[in-house]
Amino acid sequence: MKAHVNRIIEFSNVDGPGNRMAIFFQKCPFKCLYCHNPETINHCINCGECVKTCPVGALEMIEGKVIWHKDKCVNCDTCIHTCKNLASPKIDMLSVDDILERIIYEKDFIQGITVSGGECMESAEFITELFKEVKKLGLTCFTDSNGFYLFEDYPELLKYMDYCMLDVKAYDNDFHKVLCGRDNTNVLRNLKYLQNINKLYEVRTVILKDHKEENEKTVREVVKHLNPDIRYKLIKYRPFGVREEGLEILGHSITDDEEIERLKKIATDLGHRNIIIV
Amino acid sequence: MQEVLNIICDETLTYSQQLLALARLAESFDHSLELSDELVEAKKEGIICDLNEGNAPYRPRYICPNYSILMEKGSEFLQLNPPKDLYEALNSLLIMYRHVPSITSFPVYLGTLDELLEPFILKETRENAKKALGLFLLNIDRTLCDSFVHADLSGKDTVTARMILELTMEMQLAIPNLTVKYNPDVTSDDFMKLCIECMLKTAKPSFANDKMFRSEWGDKYAIASCYNGLREGGGGFTLPRLRMYECSLKANDADDFIDNVLPHYAAIMLKMMDDRIAFIVEKSSFFKSNFLVKEHFVELDNFTGMFGMVGLAECCNHLLGIKDPNKGYGNNPEADALGVRIMERLHDIVGKHEAKYAANFDHHYRLHAQVGIDSDGRENSPGARIPIGSEPSMPKQIMHSCLFHKYFETGIGDIFKFEETWVNTPDALIDIIKGAIKNGMRYFSGYLENNDVVRVTGYLVKKSELAKLDAGKQSLNNVSIFGKGARDCSDALDRRIVGDHEGSR
Repeated sequence: MKAHVNRIIEFSNVDGPGNRMAIFFQKCPFKCLYCHNPETINHCINCGECVKTCPVGALEMIEGKVIWHKDKCVNCDTCIHTCKNLASPKIDMLSVDDILERIIYEKDFIQGITVSGGECMESAEFITELFKEVKKLGLTCFTDSNGFYLFEDYPELLKYMDYCMLDVKAYDNDFHKVLCGRDNTNVLRNLKYLQNINKLYEVRTVILKDHKEENEKTVREVVKHLNPDIRYKLIKYRPFGVREEGLEILGHSITDDEEIERLKKIATDLGHRNIIIV
Repeated sequence: MQEVLNIICDETLTYSQQLLALARLAESFDHSLELSDELVEAKKEGIICDLNEGNAPYRPRYICPNYSILMEKGSEFLQLNPPKDLYEALNSLLIMYRHVPSITSFPVYLGTLDELLEPFILKETRENAKKALGLFLLNIDRTLCDSFVHADLSGKDTVTARMILELTMEMQLAIPNLTVKYNPDVTSDDFMKLCIECMLKTAKPSFANDKMFRSEWGDKYAIASCYNGLREGGGGFTLPRLRMYECSLKANDADDFIDNVLPHYAAIMLKMMDDRIAFIVEKSSFFKSNFLVKEHFVELDNFTGMFGMVGLAECCNHLLGIKDPNKGYGNNPEADALGVRIMERLHDIVGKHEAKYAANFDHHYRLHAQVGIDSDGRENSPGARIPIGSEPSMPKQIMHSCLFHKYFETGIGDIFKFEETWVNTPDALIDIIKGAIKNGMRYFSGYLENNDVVRVTGYLVKKSELAKLDAGKQSLNNVSIFGKGARDCSDALDRRIVGDHEGSR
């Protein structure tokens, strides 16, 4: 079994507790307007457009497939800017053992691994096998998920997963559809379920610049449904890396302190004790 | 005597800097220490460098007194009784510091401060203790004006250590350099958190691998100057260095270097060390009449010679014909393997040399990865470090360090420059430092890119002090001028920044 891996970050201090290896899997069922790495959304369809624009000849079309020559690549990301399909030709097909080898190399330096994406649950079967091995090393296993797939459907994975870090992008379902292109029913069900089984590490919401009403609604509802000691991270919308259609709707500037502090106060007043602003 | 006049008229030097410069000039007039023709030639070719120790060394380069004697017995020469309270203890230390010589004429080792002071601190109210300790640190910064002045902390979670770290953060001083002797069995995570908070605010403390140093030096060891491991109650006689890049230019290939060139120049340098040490011990007055020796603050047998080297990276790259440092040592298994071969050989040569002195070390000298001086430019990276700008991702850089740190008993270290996000995640840094120490890293330093106090190659400077020198003004700290040189000539402040997402693919 192999998975499409977009990127592995050896040391990350922003993907869960302590120092961790973060593994980013390709493909996501959402298509969020503010996505910072939209090239992780789809699998490559081998259209070959990026082969034409690569300035160093690191991409080649062989038997109908785009092949990436890592040794020639200078990571200029021209391919990613060329791609109309929200994908990337720079994907590694890795086995559990491939990733495990890299985890073992740095296991003394990390508390564990965090799988992210894309949406890591797109590769749930693979992740289950990976977690099973990683637990044997005495490390912790976290998922960073958008909650589209129901965790309750993956009991084997849950045996090995220590915690999930869950995005709740919007509470209002219609707005969620505008923002992410999909329904949020499962997200909210996961919010409840993961708390019940004690596997929710934190919840995150991106606070938008010019959508005060939606921001407030989401924060109020999340707080209402969240254990007041579980960390709730309010993340400022940042336009960097956001694609054109997102910028048109969400704007070109970062969410101001005033708005995020307002929401923090609302959450605190509602009794939440663990709010972090990023 | 234009040189004398130049020093006297230099408006950028403080009075004490002028005095030291004039003294150094005077030393260079004595030629009683004979130099072999081979040595003169090697020095001229830049293969061997005496690190400005002068022609006539009149004290060991690094002196690490056993200050616990001062606490227990006082000093007859200094006319000090054993201190009875914190004020007397701090005052006695400040008095003694002024009388501890070194290559810089400032004490390079101030003692393991929390061990020395804890009994006194515990007797005072917190407020009084902190006030007294703050004045002590201020006095050190303003009178021992040299960044090679170095204090140690035991690694235990002591009231004194916490107070020193708090004051260090509040006061933002470049002096003294500070090391925590980190031992996973002794140092708590909670205490580490405070150390890391302090490191990200002031570029200190650094972390020494306590288990490693103890296994080589015994329980009584000191970290002095930049990161130099030495025996407490002793020190380092001398520290010349082999400039490995220049040395490699003499070889036809890697085998020729390892079999012939390296042993040849190592032998010249070892002879030079023997001669200089004999001069210090037998000719100069230090070991005959200095109160530190007479009152057993130091013992002759606890000193050893430090065999320094720089530029392993450039040496390996040259021998393998690698022009682009990004594809060489540190990023290339072949170059790293050659580095290990070279170090195995050099460690063996130095370890087999029988020295007259250094009795408590079986009459052997020990290796040192020297941090470089400004005139090295980009041709010789410090010690066994990867060239600035060519550092791989952090885990790879640490693993690379771990390959080499074991060879350098008298000191080697690596420095990491962090981005702002790490301030919020001390736990992540604890994980990294623990892993590094566990894997054999000897000495770990870090600092935040935007701070005023930054670590250059091993020592600390304030960027604001460099700005004074840039403007033609004086800087109180003797070392600011080295920092300026290292910044301008070796890009020493441009090392790769560790982001929140380290290393990819």
